[in-house]
Amino acid sequence: MPKQIILAAHFPGVNNTSVWSDPASGSHIDFASFVHLARTAERGRFDFFFLAEGLRLREQRGRIHDLDVVGRPDTLTVLAALAAVTTHLGLAGTLNTTFREPYELARQLASLDHLCAGRAAWNVVTTSDAFTGENFRRGGYLDRSLRYERAAEFVRVARRLWESWPADAVVGDRDGGRYVRAADPGAFAHHGDQFDIAGHFTVPRSPQLHPVIIQAGDSPDGREFAASTADAIFSRHGTLDEGREFYRDVKARLARYGRTPDDLKIIPGVTFVLGDTDAEAQERAHHIRRQQVSPQTAILLLEQLWNRDLSGYDPHGPLPAEDPDVDADAISRGRAGMYPDPVGTARQWRALAQEKGLGIRDLIIEVTGRQSFIGTPQRVAERMNHFVQSDAADGFILVPHLTPGGLDEFVDRVVPLLQERGVFRTEYTTTTLRGHLGLRPARPATRAGVA
Amino acid sequence: MPDPTLHLAVALDGLGWHPAAWRLSHADPAAPLFPRWWAALVGQAEQAALDLVTIEDSLDLQSSLPDGPDGRVDQVRGRLDALLVAARVAPLTRHIGLVPTTSVTHTEPFHVSTAVATLDHVSGGRAGWRPRVSARRSEAGHFGRRDLPPLDPTRLGEPQTARLVGDLFAEAADAVEVVRRLWDSWQDDAEIRDAPTGRFIDRDRLHHTDFTGRWFSVKGPSIVPRPPQGQPVVAVLVHSTVPYAFAARHADVVFVTPTDAAHAEAVVAEVRATEETVGRTGPPLRILADLEVLLDDTPDQARRRRTRLDEWHGAEFHSDAASFTGSPAQLVDLLAGWRRAGVQGFRLRPAVLPDDLTTITRAVVPALRDRGLFRAGYPGGTLRDLLGLPRPANRYAVAGPR
Repeated sequence: MPKQIILAAHFPGVNNTSVWSDPASGSHIDFASFVHLARTAERGRFDFFFLAEGLRLREQRGRIHDLDVVGRPDTLTVLAALAAVTTHLGLAGTLNTTFREPYELARQLASLDHLCAGRAAWNVVTTSDAFTGENFRRGGYLDRSLRYERAAEFVRVARRLWESWPADAVVGDRDGGRYVRAADPGAFAHHGDQFDIAGHFTVPRSPQLHPVIIQAGDSPDGREFAASTADAIFSRHGTLDEGREFYRDVKARLARYGRTPDDLKIIPGVTFVLGDTDAEAQERAHHIRRQQVSPQTAILLLEQLWNRDLSGYDPHGPLPAEDPDVDADAISRGRAGMYPDPVGTARQWRALAQEKGLGIRDLIIEVTGRQSFIGTPQRVAERMNHFVQSDAADGFILVPHLTPGGLDEFVDRVVPLLQERGVFRTEYTTTTLRGHLGLRPARPATRAGVA
Repeated sequence: MPDPTLHLAVALDGLGWHPAAWRLSHADPAAPLFPRWWAALVGQAEQAALDLVTIEDSLDLQSSLPDGPDGRVDQVRGRLDALLVAARVAPLTRHIGLVPTTSVTHTEPFHVSTAVATLDHVSGGRAGWRPRVSARRSEAGHFGRRDLPPLDPTRLGEPQTARLVGDLFAEAADAVEVVRRLWDSWQDDAEIRDAPTGRFIDRDRLHHTDFTGRWFSVKGPSIVPRPPQGQPVVAVLVHSTVPYAFAARHADVVFVTPTDAAHAEAVVAEVRATEETVGRTGPPLRILADLEVLLDDTPDQARRRRTRLDEWHGAEFHSDAASFTGSPAQLVDLLAGWRRAGVQGFRLRPAVLPDDLTTITRAVVPALRDRGLFRAGYPGGTLRDLLGLPRPANRYAVAGPR
């Protein structure tokens, strides 16, 4: 049997990939939109539904960013509600470890796993951002070097808490008057650098024991964290060569943690545009790119590299002659920095603009986020399958540009072609997300109750 | 003449409020770990057109002791997160209010605010929230961020204990204030989708909460647009003076625990006086009396059930609320009497689930209707509408752009 493709549906996020100006764009808050996308994904037999998270509205030039979709509902609450309207689809949420405590998040995730009968997943992210910290008790920020230390210890503690109730703890023996087998179930103690906690966990063992752990960072620390801890990586490597290089690198790190390549799935986030002909798909992709980069958005994206107020520039005119300001505080706050070498990148952009005669907006359209898969359904199915069969990925997290109908066409037209090729399921054959992903059932690392 | 009808809520916890309930219930003892249990209970309450259900929660294992686990194996232990349970049943119901309990002592007000706002969005305006203080040292130990001194509920009069209780409620007050400001931090019309200017929102209609207090600071605005109700319903359970003031300042609904009709009258008077003292603005608190109820066809049968439960328990069961044991007709008499004493409704705590909930919905509610004491169905609308609470104006919109 050929390698099976993993597919996930990303609810459109708060960045310029999501097009809100299109007449077909619906609410990103109404629960009906979440239901539509989740049910579409389940109709397509997807592995899971994916929600991102934000804990502070983005600001640029000291003001709340207003050009993209702004605002979103709370991740855990939406996933618990979606559990009521889906039956097999995995439910994955991004949840930050820097501004949460393990006891509370572990009980929420274990509760979610009970409430969806074993379909919960957690995308573990960190932030070193004092800006976001202004919304939280903890406040301040975590030193960059400690981010993964805290995240790794956080996940270790969470797993210990999930294991703290033995599988057979609830006996419910009415005649003998014994509800739990042993007194005070859920006992735990953890004494570490980041967390020093002890007591009793309140949630009996959940169906998956360990909800699926996803990791999204790309730094060497992030890769190592994934290799030691995660079940899946949400990566960004959209080209075949980059993908294969990343795949090889990360899978090679697994052995030293006693893990096999099958224990960690690599699932890049990708976009797609379909058409009846390849030319039509290209035309649609071009139209979408222009929707994604309005004249105002072009200036803002340029500011993120230049780190200067460029509001006086003409979006159709030439790029700034001066270099980016690398000394000032970041002009854009609430999102990860994207350019390690701003001056070098700016020079490349200027050269490209000159060579092709592009103004600011057209240049930004050219250099930022191209669609990953463009073409007829046949071509997209073939290329996606090629990616997976040649080990550039184990599957994809699809990011539609429209809410809530952006996945409809993919499910109607591409999924059947993948199914015909025998590389994607036609029916669910398992009930838990670990099962869908082909992960082994989780086993306790420690005997329950023994710290 | 004031509206004689009652507000009716049911408090859901485990397999019922009596510690031995699980031994009498016919349900699977592990049922509270399964969503279908909650869907069935809330669905039953909705069929009887009850105003709302509350869902209990705690950041600690259930215990008969005031401060930490008790080692008992003969009672229900373990539970799911109440807010997520409420979210799980929201799409399966259409009218009934959903009021989960959340601790405010160790949790982040920002997360609590966005979670309850989202519950309001996914339920179409039926969310409530019961903030709760976590006074136990064992709960503090689960977070490892602060040490709390032991709290002895029999020594509330001593200065050290009074200071601790005062601090915990002051922090809870700050938490509710922040949560409410965050709910208002988006004006209802903040999302404009103005294609010509490329703006998705009008940023002047979003507001920083700028809260700075003794325990935390929260900058805001929320990440979640204003909930459908504007402000989801805040309900608090209180037993004494310090919490009465907390309720009068910060809540929409208060659950009180009188022992009889005369006491109910006194409690209502004290709550109303406290509203005056703290200078409450906005609509008066909806006062609901808590009552643990064990019902059966005849008073004798009910007493026998109570005796059986107490025998299993090893003692007569007393909780923080009054207990009722009797027939549906007797309960209706009692509710009518307390209604005359000034409470506006009740939060009934079924002793055994689902049995006593079933009797409430099939026998008590119809009898109340026969006496003109309860609505025939849902009038439609949000939980605030159901409780007669107007949708509040946005504090920031009233103040105008800054």
